[in-house]
Amino acid sequence: MSFTAMKSQEVARKVIQKEELFILDVRNESDFADWKIEGENFSYLNIPYFDLIDGVDSILDKLPKDKDMLVVCAKEGSSVMVAEMLSEQGLHVFYLEGGMKAWSEHMEPIKVGDLTNGGEMYQFVRLGKGCLSYMVVSNGEAAIIDATRMTGIFTHFAKELGVTIKHVLDTHLHADHISGGRSIAKETGATYWLPPKDAGEVVFDYQALEDGEEVKIGNTTINIHALYSPGHTIGSTSFVVDEKYLLTGDILFIDSIGRPDLAGLAEDWVGDLRETLYHRYRELSNELIVLPAHFMIIKELNEDGTVAEKLGTLFAKNHGLNIEDEAEFRKLVTENLPPQPNAYQEIRQTNMGKITPDEEKQREMEIGPNRCAVR
Amino acid sequence: MEAAKVLDAKGLACPMPVVRTKKAIEEINAGEILEVHTTDKGSKSDLTAWAKSGGHELVKEAEEGDVFKFWIKKA
Repeated sequence: MSFTAMKSQEVARKVIQKEELFILDVRNESDFADWKIEGENFSYLNIPYFDLIDGVDSILDKLPKDKDMLVVCAKEGSSVMVAEMLSEQGLHVFYLEGGMKAWSEHMEPIKVGDLTNGGEMYQFVRLGKGCLSYMVVSNGEAAIIDATRMTGIFTHFAKELGVTIKHVLDTHLHADHISGGRSIAKETGATYWLPPKDAGEVVFDYQALEDGEEVKIGNTTINIHALYSPGHTIGSTSFVVDEKYLLTGDILFIDSIGRPDLAGLAEDWVGDLRETLYHRYRELSNELIVLPAHFMIIKELNEDGTVAEKLGTLFAKNHGLNIEDEAEFRKLVTENLPPQPNAYQEIRQTNMGKITPDEEKQREMEIGPNRCAVR
Repeated sequence: MEAAKVLDAKGLACPMPVVRTKKAIEEINAGEILEVHTTDKGSKSDLTAWAKSGGHELVKEAEEGDVFKFWIKKA
């Protein structure tokens, strides 16, 4: 039989359409335990490739006969080796092109909805890492929010739509992934906006996002209100777009809330986080559609692959928004936190412009899940 | 440390460093040491995990510039 490459895009489609897939992950057990391709109807077998060098006989009876099978490794090499061995045993298998590195970088642009006076809101879903970026489009102009370092995806998408990127914004200084905001702004001449309270140590010029600010896209009434909502970082800012969408950054997610410790000050910021979630957000319309900067689990995806939910629904269902007791809330967000994201200190330094690692290094720094939330 | 054999796996990408290491260790006797040189960053965790799974002892590891060096005692 044969073995063929499967692109990240095809895997993404299977995730979104909740298809079945059998994943034979040949990375180390610790890497697999840490981070894998998540799909609601995916099943898994993890056997390190070095246990298969002498042959795949030992696993043949553990492989399904009736499902597509994808061999996955870190970069591709080992999965090709194992896929070839399996094909020699008469199986048809796929290997993941570019491995987990490519999966980590893949993004799916999905339309969230239309804006009042023409224009659209797009969400870019980075399935491998759980990062969400946004593009607001109106009347030939675009704004990008929380862009990842795969800047080509955004500039290419804007070109296809025939829109000019005017503004690039980050809701906060990210700790789990490297922002592409600064380089998109540089490439396109757009203005790069950052909350000043997060940008105390940055070494480049930026436009300061302050509470009450409005950023216009196109010449319609689409405004981005910067809503200062500290918590995850002291400068964290939420945006209300078109009086319809609430971009919450890393403050509020669909099924979890932001962790306040990644800039090192959990104890100090827990009060701010509670104030934002339990008071500031409650003053907003329940009809606003929350668009966060991350998702943690694949169940947070809607049928169409977007990650979006009404604020009112989150007030009813998100556990982190329903902890009456302040001490209990404090405990949730400061104790028993999940491990911190891979290389998060270096990622912060990169986003401040203090260090400039090469692309390969940046890729490595971002390996793994985002881990920005607590549940 | 006296190595019975030195394997140069520099410039090789995954899975080759581990594949070659596995082959090389078959050519030495139990208790002897195999010295491996690699440049692939993934080989660091992979060789460690491989040695552990095969019961071999990773006696020492070092980084010299871009080169990772491992000393593995055969089980």
